[in-house]
Amino acid sequence: MDKRTNIIELKHITKTYEDGFSAVEDFNLEVKQGEFITFLGPSGCGKTTTLRMIAGFDIPTEGEILLNGKPITDLPPNKRPINTVFQRYALFPHMNIYENIAFGLKQRKMPRAVIEKKVKKVLELVDLEGFENRRTDTLSGGQQQRVAIARAVVNEPQILLLDEPLGALDLKMRKEMQLELKEMHRELGITFIYVTHDQEEALTMSDKIVVMSEGKMQQIGTPEDIYNEPVNAFVADFIGESNIFNGIMTGKLRARFCGGEFACVDDVEEGTHITAVARPEDVALTSPERGTIRGIVTSVIFKGMHYEITIESGKNEIVAQSVHSAAVGERVGIRVEPDNIHIMLAEDHTNIFKAEINKNYGLEYNGRILNARLTDMIKGSREDENGTLLDANGLEIDRQKIRVMVSIQPQDIRMTDEIEQGLVQGYISNLIYKGDHYSYVIHTDLEQDFVVDDEYLWNMEDQVGLLMPEEKMTFTVRR
Amino acid sequence: MNSFKFSRKVLGIPYAVFLLVFVAAPLAVLLYFAFTNGQGQFTAENLTGFFTDPNTLGTLFYSFGIAVVTTAVCLLLAYPAAYILASGRWKAKSVLIMLFIIPMWINFSLRITALKEILTWLEGNLAYHPFLNTVIGMTYDFLPFMILPIYTAISRLDGALLEAARDLGAGEAQAFLKVTLPLSVPGIISGVSMVFLPAMTNYVVLDMLYNSTYIMGSLIGSYFAAYNWHGGSMIALILLAIICLFTLFTSGMEEENVRGGTLL
Repeated sequence: MDKRTNIIELKHITKTYEDGFSAVEDFNLEVKQGEFITFLGPSGCGKTTTLRMIAGFDIPTEGEILLNGKPITDLPPNKRPINTVFQRYALFPHMNIYENIAFGLKQRKMPRAVIEKKVKKVLELVDLEGFENRRTDTLSGGQQQRVAIARAVVNEPQILLLDEPLGALDLKMRKEMQLELKEMHRELGITFIYVTHDQEEALTMSDKIVVMSEGKMQQIGTPEDIYNEPVNAFVADFIGESNIFNGIMTGKLRARFCGGEFACVDDVEEGTHITAVARPEDVALTSPERGTIRGIVTSVIFKGMHYEITIESGKNEIVAQSVHSAAVGERVGIRVEPDNIHIMLAEDHTNIFKAEINKNYGLEYNGRILNARLTDMIKGSREDENGTLLDANGLEIDRQKIRVMVSIQPQDIRMTDEIEQGLVQGYISNLIYKGDHYSYVIHTDLEQDFVVDDEYLWNMEDQVGLLMPEEKMTFTVRR
Repeated sequence: MNSFKFSRKVLGIPYAVFLLVFVAAPLAVLLYFAFTNGQGQFTAENLTGFFTDPNTLGTLFYSFGIAVVTTAVCLLLAYPAAYILASGRWKAKSVLIMLFIIPMWINFSLRITALKEILTWLEGNLAYHPFLNTVIGMTYDFLPFMILPIYTAISRLDGALLEAARDLGAGEAQAFLKVTLPLSVPGIISGVSMVFLPAMTNYVVLDMLYNSTYIMGSLIGSYFAAYNWHGGSMIALILLAIICLFTLFTSGMEEENVRGGTLL
């Protein structure tokens, strides 16, 4: 166990905006003194909001933030021993470099001589000696970034927050700054909380990574944990390239997916539905007879250090990385070592939604009338001549007290371009390739997310209608 | 006739003609009248006359005083209003915008006439407070021209700068003094120049408020009304010089502010 004390703790943090949108939901985190921790996720996942709540710019609607064990949830930002490096630097354009860096120290009413000494020292740290009198707009992006870092660390904060600080820099500069930041972290010994959507950046720099999606923490762990043992398909897909397949356990340490039976090291009960992940660099190509499964090479792309080879095997597509090239059309065998297969329990993607009961005891969803009727669902029930619903014993059933839930499997829903034809309309907010099909998340106009499996590729943000055959629906009545 | 070539220079001709007819020519005429006497002889006595006549000098200082006070009052009213509008903290800000915009939809003379009635009702006789009435009238008239540029400057301010100031330990008041105020100086400067110059010369407000005092605009008007084109031209020229100096000064400050904001 790590003996270092927790410098900051987030307990059940939720941030809900006035329009009902939850940016962060029930977020729990403990950060140890001196750690370099990274919030990683796609835009809109709540990572910046979480950072802003630690800084004090946003106040959580629920939950508590503790700094060294003391609550700081409602403390304004100027009262927190925490400083931020902003995404677009936010340097004061009307001050020179010296004045920018000295700003925080002046607020703390430090003597002039001390300020001068500290500014000089921090400018050395960020390699900008002699820049005191320069204007901010005469500096390059990288130099402005260094000033922004200097302006924050000169205050000797207990925690340094960095909000996508390298996002505006070009690739080469970004790589350099990554190393420098890491070096700075070691030199200063301050706790760093870093926000990025760049998984490579997170893997390179962090002691610990928090993967976030849709306001929730998906996984927390060391870069190795996150990369090798992703807890769900989202993390596997987001961190690095992955081959992701749906499958089933066929025996002890044996799993079937992608049209073959593979040995694995994760002990999951036989018959369990699983999601299997294999990294492209772990997919080995052999002769057809030696492979666990066989396929045809469909594309070979030279990537400098390796070739990226795509193989079609039955209905599945597998991506492999290899130092050896292959010929398009070549028949190959595919092997994956047992400890390179990562098995996760399959997530249940059954779509469940609530149907409205109309005044004739018919069912509606999204204003469309379904054929199913309530009287067919409650055994022995009937409608009397006054329009009252009676149960098998002739007692009245209060319509207000029952709910009808509809469930349908992802593979039973089809998407259509003629969106008005669909039972409900929405746009594609997420897609993951699962070997022989794509798993889509459709965010509907009714604010409900539907998971749909489809073998064809649709684009993100596509507007679609969802066709749901009623014979595939399961109706459940809840009282 | 193929010596004519259509080049970009040709496109400039209408503008050059316009400048010549409406700017250069009137300026030349103004200069001619300012430095000649009734007999058409060259003379500088219009110039010396202006600066030796206590009446004209008095009018200059009085106009200056009115302009300074009007500008100051406008600034004091406009800054908080613009700040509230721009920071969006007040939910009913559309009400405030309407309060400033609706009077602009009403005819200028009608507005001043209404103001005159209110002031007469309050003061009894407008002649008792000519300076005050002029300042009130001009402030009423020019206030939107001060609010708008300041509003624009504050609303264009990057919110991250204020957050940065708070993050670095500044309280709300300090963040305002150290960040918002210095960065809204360009808006203040353009507001000041949009109010100060008209306030020196706009004598319609005075006239409509039955004011017997003179400012620079009314002085020029009176010279021309008395067919003294030479004296009138000289005063117009002097006013032009003052405006040029003022513009040079403010644009210099603005530039300084863009680079460093040493004003505050």
